[in-house]
Amino acid sequence: MSTHVVGETAVLTQRSLRHVLRSPDTIITTAITPIAMLLLFVYVLGGAIEVGGSRSDYVDYLLPGILVITIASGIAYTAFRLFTDVTGGIVERFRSMPIARSAVLWSHVLTSVVANLVSLALVVLVALLMGFRSSAGLLGWLGVLGLLVLLTLALTWLAVIPGLTATSVDGVSGFSYPLIFLPFVSSAFVPTDGMPGPVRWFAEHQPVTPVVDTLRHLLAAEPVGSEGWQSVAWCVGLLVLAYVLAMRTYRRKTA
Amino acid sequence: MTTEHAIRTVGLTKSYGDHQVLSGVDLDVVPGTVHALLGSNGAGKTTAVRILSTLLRADGGSATVDGHDVATEADRVRASISLTGQFAAVDEVLTGRENLVLVGRLRRVADAGAVADGLLTRFDLVEAGGRKVSTYSGGMKRRLDIAMSLIGDPAVLFLDEPTTGLDPQARIEVWRTVKELAGRGTTVLLTTQYLEEAEQLADRISILHEGRIIAEGTLAELKRLFPPATVEYVEKQPSLEEVFLAIVGHSPAAPAASAPTAPTTTPEGAQR
Repeated sequence: MSTHVVGETAVLTQRSLRHVLRSPDTIITTAITPIAMLLLFVYVLGGAIEVGGSRSDYVDYLLPGILVITIASGIAYTAFRLFTDVTGGIVERFRSMPIARSAVLWSHVLTSVVANLVSLALVVLVALLMGFRSSAGLLGWLGVLGLLVLLTLALTWLAVIPGLTATSVDGVSGFSYPLIFLPFVSSAFVPTDGMPGPVRWFAEHQPVTPVVDTLRHLLAAEPVGSEGWQSVAWCVGLLVLAYVLAMRTYRRKTA
Repeated sequence: MTTEHAIRTVGLTKSYGDHQVLSGVDLDVVPGTVHALLGSNGAGKTTAVRILSTLLRADGGSATVDGHDVATEADRVRASISLTGQFAAVDEVLTGRENLVLVGRLRRVADAGAVADGLLTRFDLVEAGGRKVSTYSGGMKRRLDIAMSLIGDPAVLFLDEPTTGLDPQARIEVWRTVKELAGRGTTVLLTTQYLEEAEQLADRISILHEGRIIAEGTLAELKRLFPPATVEYVEKQPSLEEVFLAIVGHSPAAPAASAPTAPTTTPEGAQR
């Protein structure tokens, strides 16, 4: 049975990857907003933001947060693709076929990981052109990749829920706005030191801050410290919670 | 494979909150026949099909498809059936051929590509096979949808309102397809709200009304339940609108207003 799940997931993943390939604009639009933010913050607002160091140092500072925003906007397309499948009736067809039910959701999640990695690569490429430099070695980059994939998995399973339950396209895309906004109230753009009390407390205790700090340390080849475990714990916790809720939502559609 | 009933339900019930959709449906479908489940909108046809295709759980009663219980042996039921739902469940981004290959690979048929090509020929979609489905007409999408359902030779095929929303031309195309299936020995449970469709396609007809099967039989048997057709002439009175338009002076319909209409043939009581 388990080999069947893998085979079926592979066939269905191939299908949804074709969707991405045939509308590459989804990957590009996913990357455009974060790239625009990168340009805006470095060349327009960056001069007024004190993080110590030069403009290219600010690119280094900013990139991790921008990568988080890239993922947050990328998963909106996963929710949209799933929503289209549900409303178009093809999910019903798959569910009435002798295939593993989880294969349908996993195929969308894996496609999301692939599409997001391409978008992330585009953003990193632009950052390199803007002067981003990393002193991280292979291990450091693997750590960055691992954390980004983990975050993508967690947020994608979260995106599966509106993809299954939304009743309109607006509802599907709406859920990602708070996720895109969350990095602004974190250490992604400016250090949390300058924020007023309650805001600072929130910024230091929400998941984006440890994730962004960990990425920053890894890219700068610095010791990661406790933020590393905190960020992994946040991602795994969110992943498990979102996975359980998404699977329950999917099964409940058969009630 | 030689089960006595392709589909059998006993006392099937389902309600959504206070709304009772199915209130005890008994249905027997003989293998190799086209059986129509005829009913108006909201009669519970789709609910019944969704229960039989394992997409929905019944509240009470029992149902078997191809000898397997839908509640306890859902996996085996899914291996025996194919569902063509109310809206063509095709992937519009893929080509017609890719859609067929996708289902073939998911059903683990030996040579999915060859099966796909065979079905494209059989359903007159060879030329369209390499095009994205989003460019297809409604009738073509429906034909592809039904073709996808035939992969893996399911014993029982559910066609839920296969011609709803299609233009007359496409409707005739789909009818031809279903008639051909019937000739090949596939059991088909067809739901429809069109009397003519049931008449054209079905070996047996069950009439579903307010959650119950109120009549069942062949077309000839059902016709015997009713008094013979009467022919009556009705003289049509002009409507107030026609009178108004005639007086005002713009009257596109005025000449026809007082003409008697064509005789209407009504089997008495059949219109309920």
